[in-house]
Amino acid sequence: MNIDWQTAMPLIFAGLMGLSILIYVVLDGFDLGIGILFSVATDEERDTMINSIGPFWDANETWLVLSVGLLLVAFPVAHGIILTSLYLPVFVLLLGLIIRGVAFDFRAKVPVHRKRRWNFLFFAGSLTASLAQGYMLGVYVLGLERGPATFGFGALVALCLAASYAAMGAAWLIYKTEGELQRKAVRFLRSALVFTAVGMVAISLATPFASPRIFEKWFTWPEIVYVAPLPLVTGAMFLWLWFLSFQLPHKDDRHSITPFLVLAGIFALGFAGLAYSFYPYVVPDRMTIWEAASAPESLAIILVGTCFVLPVIIGYSFYAYRIFGGKATDLTYD
Amino acid sequence: MDPLILSRIQFAANISFHILFPTITIALGWVLLFFKLRFDRTGDHAWMKAYFFWVKVFALSFALGVVSGVTMSFQFGTNWPGYMETVGNIAGPLLAYEVLTAFFLEAVFLGIMLFGFRRVSNRVHTLATFLVAFGTTMSAFWILALNSWMQTPAGFEMRDGVAHATDWLAIVFNPSFPYRLTHMLIASGLTVAFLIAGLSALRYIRGDRSASMHKALKTGVYMGAILIPVQIFVGDMHGLNTLEHQPQKVAAMEANWETRPNVPLVLFAWPDEEARENRFEIAIPNMASVILKHSPDGVVPGLNDYVGEHPPVAPVFWGFRIMVGTGMAMLALSWAGAFFLYRRGALPVPLAYGFAGMAFSGWVATLAGWYTTEIGRQPWLVAGVLKTADAVAPVPGAHVALTLTIYVVLYLVLMVVYLGVLTHLALKAGKEGDDEPDPAVEDQPLSQPVAGE
Repeated sequence: MNIDWQTAMPLIFAGLMGLSILIYVVLDGFDLGIGILFSVATDEERDTMINSIGPFWDANETWLVLSVGLLLVAFPVAHGIILTSLYLPVFVLLLGLIIRGVAFDFRAKVPVHRKRRWNFLFFAGSLTASLAQGYMLGVYVLGLERGPATFGFGALVALCLAASYAAMGAAWLIYKTEGELQRKAVRFLRSALVFTAVGMVAISLATPFASPRIFEKWFTWPEIVYVAPLPLVTGAMFLWLWFLSFQLPHKDDRHSITPFLVLAGIFALGFAGLAYSFYPYVVPDRMTIWEAASAPESLAIILVGTCFVLPVIIGYSFYAYRIFGGKATDLTYD
Repeated sequence: MDPLILSRIQFAANISFHILFPTITIALGWVLLFFKLRFDRTGDHAWMKAYFFWVKVFALSFALGVVSGVTMSFQFGTNWPGYMETVGNIAGPLLAYEVLTAFFLEAVFLGIMLFGFRRVSNRVHTLATFLVAFGTTMSAFWILALNSWMQTPAGFEMRDGVAHATDWLAIVFNPSFPYRLTHMLIASGLTVAFLIAGLSALRYIRGDRSASMHKALKTGVYMGAILIPVQIFVGDMHGLNTLEHQPQKVAAMEANWETRPNVPLVLFAWPDEEARENRFEIAIPNMASVILKHSPDGVVPGLNDYVGEHPPVAPVFWGFRIMVGTGMAMLALSWAGAFFLYRRGALPVPLAYGFAGMAFSGWVATLAGWYTTEIGRQPWLVAGVLKTADAVAPVPGAHVALTLTIYVVLYLVLMVVYLGVLTHLALKAGKEGDDEPDPAVEDQPLSQPVAGE
């Protein structure tokens, strides 16, 4: 068989980038969410919450670096257009990530009376970063245009994404904690789910008006038959999670990881829907993945490395999650 | 406001802040492995105490390096889109390999190194420490390959204004890469040597006479004393390599305005770019010719050959002098310290103050050196391929001014907190000596050997 690398390579890299973003959203989603939930936790609970993400957050954030790295190396022209038009939101995102990242370490090392300040900054940074990501997603969906409508839509997506990160954080806590905090996490999960659901419905209603092209992709015959399962399955998973949450936590801690996995599944489906809406554009309505791609020789060099290294990365990441499996205990190195 | 100069200042501010932390973590990772191996070998718990103290410094520095590094990866796109559009085919794979082979490795095994002490076997924990150190060094390898390629590009051809790779070995091992990598790795070693010696000296001054403090102090002082002459030798070779490939940079470093023989070594001057001459010059006759050409009448290239194509002279000239001056101070102090530690087994108090004061001298020398080489690359972003002015983003100057201001304020605050926390940790450890309890994971089986267990 003759593979046309000019055509295949940008597709492969779009797929890799999508995968990387999805992994990032699921993994950093739960630790950003735990930062958001800091606002409704007591000081002792906060220590346990931090312990539940301590060994992981660095690696989780590396998926963001890989995502933006892949955008940068595979679609350099699109990278320039997207990031320059999102100049200020990107800045806010980075500000949030910097503040929460250092707060994570400083809160444990500063003299005790300053700890509260860094707890607050951990919350504020996590919330800011989540909102900025949502806002960027919203503006990106609308084709990076400026105007009050775009701003409003961006704000809506921002709130929805922050809520869904909070849900991820709560689901992670259900998995990693026990006792009072676990029961509290179930309540967090339910509230966050309500916000997420409202946000998702609002976004789904707004998108067709905001982008006729996306509307057409979803609501024309016969495409509607092929894509209909996506929202239906998502809805079903939502309902399942909602009813499951009333039975949590189980006596013998059964199903403690189920909410997290279901949410990850919902994220994956939502992500697939987004990808379907955009294909084949990397800058919506302006530039396809083929127009933006780097030279195939350079992409081939990266692809060879990726094929060898990515499985290894996934392997040792699983190993690390296994080492720190089970309930979050009093993790410390200082 | 001019977005070009603002974007340059912003990138410089970000990368200056960023480089401080990898400079610590690259070598500190290996020092931690050394502590761990000494403990494994001798069973002396003081080595483990030293490990526990310095692993905190590592974690803190690593976190600051990560967050400022994420910022950098976005700024290629937000401020310098022309860079990736022109040389993305070269820079892309190098950056991708850095993420794939280094970032994930260090990030994942850092978790095990920090929190896994009682959860994995001693051997796995030592292995995790090694992999983190290896990851930070790999990261330096790739990013310095890219930086060196921007200074001395090789292994590519231009097609329609875009660089295409023709020979990857030539790209990675471009002419200045081996020198720059060695120079930077040793710079990291020296930074860590003086940091360890400095904070240990601070504990010593405060009356801490614990075995772990003493072991760390000796490690730092000896490491500095051994590395500094090597660094001077490597630095000289790096300079000769620059003379061969980027003569205009050396001309600016020496503030040599005319190509001529018998060039003096300028010790002090105020380079006047308008008049194209040095004011208040103090110089040693013929010395620059001797250093660069190994002969008093060797012809040294001057800035007159590169009018309009050479970097601004004063910052390059001063950056170089600050770096060399700091290196000389390091040489004097570390050799004096090594002498007393070796002969008398203790550090005289004035020398201890000297080490405490020089705790961050590695940062000064590293930054000064990077300013020399990076400002010395101007007006080019990629030498001979892409001018800095042609890569900047069409972002309004006011936006860049706003973000620049907030970044600078944030970085200053973080720096104050970082230095404060380091001092706090050192003083706390100094007060408790080796009585500080070991970190532990409650309810976990002790897989680690611990003193008295």
